Amino acid sequence: MTELEEPQRLPIADDKDVVRVRQAVRVIALAAKLPLVDQTKLVTAASELARNTLIHGGGGHALVGQVHNGRRAGVRAEFVDTGPGIADLDLAFTDGYTTGSGLGLGLSGSRRLVDEFEIVTAAGEGTRITVTKWAR
Amino acid sequence: MKVDAEARQRLSAFLVTHEEPIVRQWTEIAARTLRGRLTNTELTRQVRDVFGALQAVLGADSDGEIAGAESGESRGALAELSRAWARQGFTPSETAGLVFTVKEVVLGLTESGQAELPTTDFLLLSLVVDDMGLFTFETYTKTRESVIADQTEQLLELSTPVVKLWDGVVAVPLVGTLDSARAQVVMEKLLQTLVDTGSAFAIVDITGVPAVDTQVAQHILKTVVAARLMGAECIISGIRPQIAQTVVALGIEFGDIVTKSNLADALLHALRASGVEVVRRASRDKAF
Ligand SMILES: Nc1ncnc2c1ncn2[C@@H]1O[C@H](COP(=O)(O)OP(=O)(O)O)[C@@H](O)[C@H]1O
Ligand SMILES: [Mg+2]
Repeated sequence: MTELEEPQRLPIADDKDVVRVRQAVRVIALAAKLPLVDQTKLVTAASELARNTLIHGGGGHALVGQVHNGRRAGVRAEFVDTGPGIADLDLAFTDGYTTGSGLGLGLSGSRRLVDEFEIVTAAGEGTRITVTKWAR
Repeated sequence: MKVDAEARQRLSAFLVTHEEPIVRQWTEIAARTLRGRLTNTELTRQVRDVFGALQAVLGADSDGEIAGAESGESRGALAELSRAWARQGFTPSETAGLVFTVKEVVLGLTESGQAELPTTDFLLLSLVVDDMGLFTFETYTKTRESVIADQTEQLLELSTPVVKLWDGVVAVPLVGTLDSARAQVVMEKLLQTLVDTGSAFAIVDITGVPAVDTQVAQHILKTVVAARLMGAECIISGIRPQIAQTVVALGIEFGDIVTKSNLADALLHALRASGVEVVRRASRDKAF
């Protein structure tokens, strides 16, 4: 994987932080010249994942920044928490599955909104999700 | 910072002796940076207040520390000033700079031979003033934060007007980021207005919402269900192409909820559904 350039580290400890992450991602997406539809998709995915970090992961942080793969620019966001982790990934990625009171579409939906989606998690070991959207 | 009493007294006496030129020059320099945002009288009074605070910190029963228990009064005066500056829209550096200026003034006086102050005493002055500047800066920041929090609260109220478009048709145009708190406020207000006006149609216009995630969608869906229970129909309008694509990719289903691409279409739908006929006159001129 390519490296995050000048990553910004943003805490995720309350509702307002989720909004801040979203705004930071939008600014970077604009700078990377992502088309409007892709900006909106990435911002929405970031919103879902940041909220999961907050609600299910008990808070954590995000790392956001640009990436380049030689030909194209892209935007990458990582969401990190040290919460309970996800024991059954298949279940968690099932549309409509929730252990809370949400719609259960955040994980599965955000995977559909981005170009690359990587998840590292285990029961009791926290969760790290990395998503990337490339400019066309 | 503990300072010895003798140096403190010397510095205090120096300030008393040279009060007039110090305050005058201090005000002049400050006036240059603040350029007409304060009247000269106001500025002079504020500079005198800071001067007073400085003297209080150096005062006989003080320990020379702005954070110390003895300097409660001077701290109060300084805090008052920085709050005022924050509310008047001064920048943080203008606020701290106003305090720091006294060093420049005293240095000028000694260098031009108008006054005499040993270097050690000047260092003491510098330490005390730095402390005061930092304190001012902190109070300033706290005030700004609370000003911003207040404004956010107000915006929350302001930006969620529920308007009556027609007899029996109310609408809420949503603008900006819809976090959970705001969505809650909006939706409650909308439902209340439905009750108050006995309306049968509610239009939620999301033209101004930059992103619809599952939380926002959930709030909208809940409102629609609640409105239905009250016998009213909700229409969602202003779903822009990028929002539509995102919502579909997320897998959110709006089911049988009526959606329209803009507010005008939504109003037309509501009017028709409530039996109002909208026709265009064949020729306008003949009416006059
Ligand atoms: N960061 C996380 N840490 C622990 N569990 C998580 C995390 N993110 C998601 N999950 C689990 O996956 C489920 C599905 O997540 P999601 O699709 O976003 O739906 P929702 O947030 O509406 O519950 C959650 O209910 C939760 O059990
Ligand atoms: Mg979620």
